[in-house]
Amino acid sequence: MAAYQPCTVEPHPNQSDWITLNMGPQHPSTHGVLRMILQLDGEIVRQVELVIGYLHRSMEKMAENVRYPHFIIECDRADYVANYHYEAAYVRAVEELAGIVPTPRAQFIRTICLEFDRIQSHLVWLGTYGLDLGALNAFWYGFRERERILDLLQELTGVRMHPNYFRFGGVKADLTPDFERKALALCDLLAGKVDEYESFLSQSDTFVMRTQGVGAMSREMAIDWGVTGPNARASGLDFDQRRDEPYFAYGELEFEVPVRPEGDCYARYAVRLEEIRQSVRLIRQALDQLPQGPVIPAGLEKGYQFLVHPNGEHYAHVEGPRGEIGIYLIGDGTTFPYRVKMRSPCFQNLSVLPELMRDCLIADCVAINGSLDLVMGCVDR
Amino acid sequence: MSAPTDLQERFPSAVLQVGALDDGLPLLCVSPEALASIAAAAKELGFDYLACITGVDYPSDDQIEVIYNLYNYHRREALVIKVRIPRGVARLPSVSGVWRAALFLERETYDLLGVHFEGHPELKRILLPEPWVGHPLRKDYDMNRQQFVSKGPQGEDIVSFDPQEGW
Repeated sequence: MAAYQPCTVEPHPNQSDWITLNMGPQHPSTHGVLRMILQLDGEIVRQVELVIGYLHRSMEKMAENVRYPHFIIECDRADYVANYHYEAAYVRAVEELAGIVPTPRAQFIRTICLEFDRIQSHLVWLGTYGLDLGALNAFWYGFRERERILDLLQELTGVRMHPNYFRFGGVKADLTPDFERKALALCDLLAGKVDEYESFLSQSDTFVMRTQGVGAMSREMAIDWGVTGPNARASGLDFDQRRDEPYFAYGELEFEVPVRPEGDCYARYAVRLEEIRQSVRLIRQALDQLPQGPVIPAGLEKGYQFLVHPNGEHYAHVEGPRGEIGIYLIGDGTTFPYRVKMRSPCFQNLSVLPELMRDCLIADCVAINGSLDLVMGCVDR
Repeated sequence: MSAPTDLQERFPSAVLQVGALDDGLPLLCVSPEALASIAAAAKELGFDYLACITGVDYPSDDQIEVIYNLYNYHRREALVIKVRIPRGVARLPSVSGVWRAALFLERETYDLLGVHFEGHPELKRILLPEPWVGHPLRKDYDMNRQQFVSKGPQGEDIVSFDPQEGW
């Protein structure tokens, strides 16, 4: 198999010969509503302009006009593929600012939810990325297992998506009686399935040739543009909040952080696949070490959540499936937040896209865009 | 020597206060004129990652506060830089030349809070349509006055207070 050769054609001297091509906002490969205005020099993309904001729901403004617990359910909607992670960041910010100590059992339950959430988010990415590159089987296989995870989480929280499950100090309800057995069985299933995905994608010439060497991002570039998460780890940045600044129960669990030096689309795929394996490992450990006890501290049950009134400023961040999800929270001592800034990982990951697409072939646009795992709801908030 | 005190020694007149946020993150309050040079010095000290830019409106003080969350990947330490500017003439030097992550973050802060970042190569609205009236995250933004977006003949966005216009 011939190695991929990046395009090295000199730009056409006369810029008036370039063609402007509009891609999106309804293009299927943008996974939402992203509009890209491409300047084409023949088959080669010279400039990209991004137009976003189609899904802007002004969540930060909404946050200022609802009481603290009401915004938990709002948070879910920001990144509609990985719902639990925004909840986690927000709940963590309020807890740390208000001085609420979550119960140990709740910390482990949250960790289990977050890791299942990460797996299903990566499976959505795997499926849709396969679809982008013509590997339709990835889509069916990925969504099949994702549905099993959503079924399990539905049993726990009552809904497939947008769970509204985390509370200040804990979670809404304890695990269902059968949850641990079913979760372990699902872990066994997923561990085998990851090998299956790898067998049909990593060995597919079409997939490998369209991703290897395409859209390479260096470590310096990733840091400079604020790229985080699997995208940065695929560029050789050895950093994971779960390991380096542990929160919830991550400090007590063992796992490895996959890092690849190449920075191309294939590395991003490989890092995510390995992260699924590590997430399965984390869930198994968390289920094994699950402590007994209450899932919410005394004095914070149900309606008492509305009495939370933190005062001060705090920046809390968690490692989402797409990178650092941060909440900069300012409380003024009332039961309404004064300011909630949502630091979206997709927003920063998207900003590097024109740089990655410069001088690539137009066919690679889809491969590069898909590999960054953008969720437009997370970009626009 | 810790990074905040180092920066304070290098910019004695521009660093107004060295302290900590409520969660213990080291905090540096600086004057707006020196922001660009302090940002460049912070990057030299190893703060290579700009995580977040937050704008906050304080109408009671007639000021806008802009908060920069920095992180040093090498030494695993964080730094918060705060700068306060008057609401009426909300102007700040851009740090997009120091961290390119600021390109989008500054556009967002401009869009939602109306802070003008001087030296930004392409300062325009990012989440809202260009002709939008007002900056929603300012506390005095009138939320009862609805704005309606439609498309003009050239495909450009048209914003109107009249729901019928453009349809």
